This record gives sequence, C-alpha cells and structure tokens, in this order.
Amino acid sequence: MCGTCGCSTTPDSLERLPKEEATETVSVLSNLLSKNNHAAAHNREHLDRAGVLCINLMSSPGAGKTALLEATIDALAGRYRIGVIEGDLETENDAERIRAKGVPAVQISTGTACHLDAHMVHRALHDLTLGDLDILFIENVGNLVCPASFDLGHHLNVTLLSTTEGDDKPAKYPVMFRSTDLMLLTKGDLLAVLDDFQPERAEAALRNLANAAPCLTVSSRDADSLAPWLNWLDARVADLKQGAPLNPVMQPDGALMHAAE
Amino acid sequence: MHELAVCQGLIGEVERVAALNGASEVTSVTVLIGPLSGVEIDLLQNAFPIARAGSVASEAELVVETGDIRVQCTGCGAQGPAAPNKLICSACGDWRVRVVSGDELLLKSVELSRAPASAN
Repeated sequence: MCGTCGCSTTPDSLERLPKEEATETVSVLSNLLSKNNHAAAHNREHLDRAGVLCINLMSSPGAGKTALLEATIDALAGRYRIGVIEGDLETENDAERIRAKGVPAVQISTGTACHLDAHMVHRALHDLTLGDLDILFIENVGNLVCPASFDLGHHLNVTLLSTTEGDDKPAKYPVMFRSTDLMLLTKGDLLAVLDDFQPERAEAALRNLANAAPCLTVSSRDADSLAPWLNWLDARVADLKQGAPLNPVMQPDGALMHAAE
Repeated sequence: MHELAVCQGLIGEVERVAALNGASEVTSVTVLIGPLSGVEIDLLQNAFPIARAGSVASEAELVVETGDIRVQCTGCGAQGPAAPNKLICSACGDWRVRVVSGDELLLKSVELSRAPASAN
C-alpha cells in the first residue's frame, strides 16, 4: 500500500506504469566550439599538405597590421610567395592595398561579426591557390577580444601592440595576449617621442600571463628594424618544412584534464 | 560580442547529443566556463534564448558553472590560485607556469527527456 494516500499501488507497480516521459542527464564534456575547431583542423590539414605557413595577425584597430604586411611583402619579395586573407567588417580597402603589392588577397567582410572563424577562412581558402604560396597571412578583424577565441586553422598567432597604445595592454586583454606566439611592438620609430610606453613593461605584462613568446620591436617605416621579425618567419617556415607540429595556443589543456576526471 | 557565436556552437553540440540519445526535448544545459575562456557569463546567458530558438532546446534552461584559475609552477612545482592577468606562481612568483584550470569552454551535461514511444 502506498504510504502517502493509502492506495494499493506498490513501488513495483509504479515502475510498470506507462511513463509520460523519462528525464535523463547525459554527461558530455565537449568543447563548445567543436564545430569551429573541426573546420579549423580541416583548414590546417590543407595548409600542412601544401606546405604553407599560416600566420594569424591580431591587434586592436590601427595598430598597423596592414602596414606591417605591406613592409613584410616588400622585404620578402623574391624569397617567399605570400598570400593574404583580410578580415574587416566592411570595405575591400585593405585587400586593395595588399593587391597593389602584387600579392593575392581575399577580403572577408564579416558585416557586424567581431572576429573571423574557421568556416569563413575555409571559404576564403577556395579563392587562393595554395600550391602557389609559401606563407599565408590572415589579418584578423581589429579587435583585442573576440578573435582570440576562434581557431582558424592557422599555425601561429602574432599579436601586434603599437607604441601609441598603453604598455599594459597584455594585462588589460589577457585572453588575447595569452594566446600569442609572438608579440610585435609596432610603430617602434615613435618610441623616441613617446615617453609613456616602455617595451620592457609591455614584455613584463606578457610574462605575467605565463607566456614565453618572444617580444620584438619593429617599425614598418624602417626596413632594417624588421630583421628580427623576418628571421622569426624564416625559422617558422623551416619548422614547417621539417614537419614540426605547429599549432596556435588556442584550446586549453584544462579542458582535457577535466575530461579525464 | 562573440558570446552569440559561442552559444550557437553550444546549441549545435546540444542538438548532436540530443539526436544521439533520441531526445524529444532538452530541458537543461550545463556548461563549464572558466574565467580565462574569454566568454562573459552574463552575455552568454543573454545570448542563449536567441540561440536556442527553434532547436530541440527551445525551452531549455542554461546552467553555468565556473571554476577558479589554478596554475602549476614548472620551477618549484607548487600549485595555486592566480588572477586572469597575473598567471604567476603564488609560492615563488615565477611566470613559467602551466594553467591547470580556468580556461574551460565546455558543454558538461545535457538534461533531456525522451518521447513516451522511445521510453522503456
């Protein structure tokens, strides 16, 4: 007899009653961006197979990504075949600046989206002939927040911090700077007239994010200053040719450790 | 602003899990969002009703769990808490640490119900 109301149902008969629905909790532990990450891995496979080094450039708007690309294309002319994917909310302006250098450039207009994702890059890759390239730069949307969360299928992240910004930017935007493989301090020619930006303070803020990435000061207006950056690129092209696994610092080990619990 | 994109990814995962388990409806979705994941929990909560519309989770509740940031020092071996912009060893101050937790962006579990026909 049921102890609540005195009816004749027993726990056993309750079990046999037709249930309206059964609720169940299913354990999952999968990455929220797994669809994006799947597409990114696919992009990276294409790039690896073609032997194309792919660098994702990130910074705030106006830090000098396009100017750095123009100067880099000039400096590497005849040594590497370069291609560029440009991400902006609107206009073809940056792609036209790159094409003026005689380099293929595909513009992705994101509309209002604040970042590129792996699917957008996949579509852009269809407009490039990978066999004709050695290095592919992706100029991400100017934004120090959102691009850090999306793997595009690239090999390495490079984050630009211009000397006209604060040298504490890594402390203010830790998610972005934590995921960088190289920090470039751009507009280095202005250091002579800016007494409030100290490269060592910017580097210390980067180290506080447990990031060992190199920190280089460059100026797109001074070809000589680009040498360390070009050397870094040379070394990464060599890494890729030797089959070193190149993956951007994107997805955390933390997730895997939790999954193992 | 990328929380909506993250939420859309979340709903995609939820729909996959729901289909795999023959669910007629998803009633609750639990995610684990670390302080270093780059995702704002308030914005995620606001984006969720937009992303879930028309999906198997159209009435689902979003439960967000968050954890602490913990780092392990590669120098002295100590494990301890850290701040998002100061990932240094709390014992010896070294910056050469490994993030043990705090950067999670995970779908942890899904509470789902099955239609009477598919229930045992």
